[in-house]
Amino acid sequence: MTLLTLQGIRKSFGAVDVLHGVDLSVEAGEVIGLVGDNGAGKSTLMKTITGIYRADTGSIELGGKDILPLDPGQRRQLGIEMIYQDLSLAKQQDVAANIFLGREPTKKLFGFLPGFVDKAEMDRQAAKMIERLGAHLPSINRSVGSFSGGQQQTVAIARALTFNPRLVIMDEPTAALAVREVQSVLDLIRRLKSEGIAVILISHRLNDVLAVTDRIVVLRHGRAEANLVTAKTNMNEVVGRIVGGGDTSAAAAHEQRG
Amino acid sequence: MASDMAQPGFWAKVQRASVERLHIRLESLLVLVALSAVMAVLSPYFLSLSNFLNILLATSTIGVLAIAATFVIGSGGLDLSLGSVMGLAGVAGAFVAVNLGWPSVFAVSACIIAGGLAGYINGQLVTRAFVPAFIVTLGMLGLARGLALVISQGRAIYGLPPEIVYIGQGRPFGIPMPVILLVLTAVVAHCLLAYTRFGRHTLALGDSEGAARAAGIRVEHHRRIIYTLSGALAGLAGLLFTARVNAGDPTAGINYELTAITAAIIGGTNLFGGRASILGTMIGALIMGVLQNGLTLLAVQSYYQQMAIGAVLILAVFIDQYQVRKESRV
Repeated sequence: MTLLTLQGIRKSFGAVDVLHGVDLSVEAGEVIGLVGDNGAGKSTLMKTITGIYRADTGSIELGGKDILPLDPGQRRQLGIEMIYQDLSLAKQQDVAANIFLGREPTKKLFGFLPGFVDKAEMDRQAAKMIERLGAHLPSINRSVGSFSGGQQQTVAIARALTFNPRLVIMDEPTAALAVREVQSVLDLIRRLKSEGIAVILISHRLNDVLAVTDRIVVLRHGRAEANLVTAKTNMNEVVGRIVGGGDTSAAAAHEQRG
Repeated sequence: MASDMAQPGFWAKVQRASVERLHIRLESLLVLVALSAVMAVLSPYFLSLSNFLNILLATSTIGVLAIAATFVIGSGGLDLSLGSVMGLAGVAGAFVAVNLGWPSVFAVSACIIAGGLAGYINGQLVTRAFVPAFIVTLGMLGLARGLALVISQGRAIYGLPPEIVYIGQGRPFGIPMPVILLVLTAVVAHCLLAYTRFGRHTLALGDSEGAARAAGIRVEHHRRIIYTLSGALAGLAGLLFTARVNAGDPTAGINYELTAITAAIIGGTNLFGGRASILGTMIGALIMGVLQNGLTLLAVQSYYQQMAIGAVLILAVFIDQYQVRKESRV
C-alpha cells in the first residue's frame, strides 16, 4: 500500500531553485535511502514533507489524503515524524518536555480548570519510551543540554517514536555517532520496518544506506536522478548516480573501505 | 560530567529541587534576605509592618511590568516599551473617565485595551515585518510616550472617579488594593507559565525557535499573543499607577522597563529565553523594591538609586551568564 506520494514538487528560495519537480513514493514499512551531494535538495525535500517548508507547486498525499495545506503540527498528528540532523531539541527543557513538545497531555486542575499539563503522566511515558529504546539517561528531569550527543539523539528518537508514527524521516542520524551507536540506529530502523513503519534515511554513509534500505533514491540538482532497488544495485552505481557520470571507481572504492 | 561522578551534596539537592519544583533560584531568595537584613541594620524604620506594606505597594506596578517582561524575555523576545505603554494606558484610562466622562468600567477597560493594542502592534511588526524586537519596541517606547503626551496635551489628567481611586488606594483588610491585584496577577501568570501548554511552548520557543517550529508550534502566532499579553499587563500596571497617584500622568513609567527587566533577570529569567519563572521574578521585583525603599530610608538621593538599578541589571546578567558558562562546561 502506498503511504506517501510526492508529485512534481518544486521549491525555490528567492532566485535559487532548489527542487525542480521531484516525484517520490513510499510504501508502508518500506525503508528508503535518500542520497545526493551537498546542496542536492535532500533536506529541503524532507522539510516540504514535514511542512516546515511549503512546496511552490506539486502534490503531497499521505494515505490518499492531500496534506499540502496542513501545517507541521497537523502533519505530525497524521504520523509524519522527522529526526533532524541538529536534533531540534529545546536544550534548557527536560527530557519529557522535549518528547511531548507540542503534544503535552493535559488534565483538569481541581477537576474543572482545563489545559493544565499532566507532568506526572509525561514523565511516566517518557521514562517508558527511553527504557524501550534501551538507553540510559542520567535523569529524565535534567535539561537535555547537559547530556552527551548520543544521549541527546536518544531523546530526539524517543520524540519521533512516542506517538505511533507512520513515517519517520531521519536526517543523517549516524553522522556524529560511534560505531556501536551506529549499529543500534540501524537496528532501530529494521525494527521500525518490521512494525510496518516507513523510514526515509538521509545519509552520506553509503554503507549504512546499502545495508538497511529497500530502495535508494538519488537526488541530483533538485531532481530524482535515480530510483534504485537496493538488492539490485551496488556502491559503484550509487556513487555514479550521485556524482553524475565520469570515472567513479576511485570514489566508490574509497566509500567501500570507509 | 564532573557533577555526575560526585555525589550531589545536600545543598545541590535543595537547589535542584527548588529549580525543578518551585521554578526559583535559591540565590535570589538569599540576596533578598541578605539585602533586607542589611537594610534592617542600617535603618530603624525598615522593619515595620507599615514599611513592609509600603515596599509591596511600591513594588506592585514594577511587579506587574516584570511579569510582562518575564513572558517576553522567556520566549526569546524583548519589550523595551513597557514603561511607555504603561504611561499611555494610564492616560487613556484617565481620558476616558475624565474627559469623556464615561463610567469607570470603560476607563479600566481602556487601560488594558490601550496596552494590549500597543503590544499587539509590537507583535505584528516583530512577526510579520521582520523588524527585530529590540527596534520595534524601542520605536514603540517613543511612539507610546509621544501619544500619551498628545492625548493629555502634556499635562496630567486629574479628577478620577472614586471607584478607580479605590483600585489604587483602597485597603480591604488593611492590604493595599494594588498589592492584592499584583498577587492575583502573579498567581495566574505563574500557573500559566509553569503548568500550561501555553507556558511550556513559550519557554520552548525562547529555547529554540527551530525546535518549537519542528514540534508544530505556531511560532509567529504564539509570539503575537505574548507581545499582546505583555502590552495588556503594561496596561494593568498603568491602571494601578494612575489609580494610586489619582492622575493620568503622561510621564508615568519613564525608565520602568529598566527596573522591570532587571527584576525578571534577577529572578532567573534567561536573557536569551528558554528559562523563566514568575515566582523568581516576584523575588526579583521585591529585591528592587527593598533596594529602592532602603536607599530612600537612608536618604540616598534618587539619582544614585537610578545608578544602583543600572548596576544591578548588569551585575545580574553577568552572574547569570557566568553560571551558564560554568554549567555548559561540565
